Amino acid sequence: MTNSRAGLSARPARKSGAGASSARFGGLPGWVIAAASLGALFVLLPLAAMILRVNWADFGALISSEASVAALLLSLRTSLTATLLCVIFGVPMALVLARAEFAGQRVLRSLVLLPLVLPPVVGGIALLYTFGRRGLLGQTLEVLGIQIAFSTTAVVLAQTFVALPFLVLSLEGSLRSVGTRYEAVAATLGASPSRVLTRVTLPLVLPALASGAVLSFARALGEFGATLTFAGSLQGVTRTLPLEIYLQRETDPDAAVALSLVLVVVAVVVVGLAHGAGLPTPWRRSGTNR
Amino acid sequence: MKHGQAPGARSTRRSLTALVGAATLVLALAACSAPTDDAARSASPTPTSTAPTSATSTLEGTITVFAAASLTQTFTEIASDFEEANPGVTVELNFAGSSDLVTQITEGAPADVFASADLRNYTKLAEAGLTAGDAVNFATNTLTIAVPARNPAEIGNLSDLADADVKTVICAPQVPCGAATVTVTEAAGITLTPVSEESSVTDVLGKVTSGEADAGLVYVTDVLAAGDEVEAIEFPESSSAVNTYPIVAVADSGADAAANTSAIAQAFIQYVTGTAGLGVLAEAGFGPPE
Repeated sequence: MTNSRAGLSARPARKSGAGASSARFGGLPGWVIAAASLGALFVLLPLAAMILRVNWADFGALISSEASVAALLLSLRTSLTATLLCVIFGVPMALVLARAEFAGQRVLRSLVLLPLVLPPVVGGIALLYTFGRRGLLGQTLEVLGIQIAFSTTAVVLAQTFVALPFLVLSLEGSLRSVGTRYEAVAATLGASPSRVLTRVTLPLVLPALASGAVLSFARALGEFGATLTFAGSLQGVTRTLPLEIYLQRETDPDAAVALSLVLVVVAVVVVGLAHGAGLPTPWRRSGTNR
Repeated sequence: MKHGQAPGARSTRRSLTALVGAATLVLALAACSAPTDDAARSASPTPTSTAPTSATSTLEGTITVFAAASLTQTFTEIASDFEEANPGVTVELNFAGSSDLVTQITEGAPADVFASADLRNYTKLAEAGLTAGDAVNFATNTLTIAVPARNPAEIGNLSDLADADVKTVICAPQVPCGAATVTVTEAAGITLTPVSEESSVTDVLGKVTSGEADAGLVYVTDVLAAGDEVEAIEFPESSSAVNTYPIVAVADSGADAAANTSAIAQAFIQYVTGTAGLGVLAEAGFGPPE
């Protein structure tokens, strides 16, 4: 899911990089077009195959069952909260990584982006050993009367953990490409660091922030492995849409397919939004930075 | 790798299914009523135990065995014993949840033998017309209470799990272990308020071994396989839900229709249901077939 989504979003970036000629395949060798078509087919065919399996007669009933609605609402609620947390912590992280200079910065950058390549189940185990009852912080939290395991909080934590790098990556790339000229001018004109940040830096990278947030939301919405390992699965509390799909598949494949389609539609809308919000810039820049 | 072959095999199987048509349905109905009682008796070790020795050295080829995830350890051992007894034979094993396996087989995955963790999933395959011959019940499994080592919540019996302060994790009713859970709690006349309803028994066990949950309802064999991290607390009501494991040959897909394969498949089934196979199963905590 994640990979295909990232693939979808990366493609328009290159297209817009190619400029006005993109509509006419200007000068591209035929084999590139052929390979590109195969790639697109590889992404689209499984989606089409799934849509063909949808039981349209019962579709409405399948997606409006109590369990389905509870899962969808929980997914939307937790993903939005996770996105908010990503913005709250991801923006400062991206600023530090893009603007500050300190020893071990490159190492820290790689480590912070680790959840991007980490299998979600591994993320879930790591979270368990941190926030679980017997985890690093678990005992302290229990003394404070906070229990994270099997709660909606655990779902949000798992989603934030996997989604945060998407926002940091998008924003950091944009911050680097925008440069520090305007910030320097504002500072020489007497603006305080906070004022420079809110009046100059953030407005400049707002499109990247928006697209990064949308990507984080999409990643949070699709999160499965870490949630399953870390949070458990209970209707209305921790059973998000992907977990509900996984469970429905056991007894009711029609419901699983119907819910999958709902998730695909949400994802498509989200990717569309991200594209509209100026996704190409950060993705292209982050690519050249590497 | 196996999935790569699936599309071709699928179309072959589809046409086969279409051809056999109504006849298959009759066979399937006959087959699905078989394992509950009659086939169980035919599984008595005495007549079958001699089969493997007589088959030695004459068999040559490869079979693919699809077995329920709970059989991972026992079937790995049994398969290597079987290969040792039949030097010309290779057994390829594929383990997953029983319902996943049924889906894989009906979608065209090449399987020669199917060992299910319950009769319901076996019946699904039989109704799809994809079984060959009668199923043999070869093992049973019952639920037990799994608690973390040293039993921190001091669980003594099933009714302790109904305590609101006890964090209980069970399987969701949609999966076999969850259906068994519903049966035993109804028999005991108690209502559980679980903190999580997992989609697989492995996930329930994981929550107990990590200490996140105070107790979980899993199979006797799961606790034995988990080692020192969990303890089992047996309860009398477990006898109200005895899970029966049937094994059956899968109908030839046409692609590998060599009579050879089905002979090996039959030999393997006889080996599993013979003294050697039943011995391995008993050691792992499986009950004798009823």
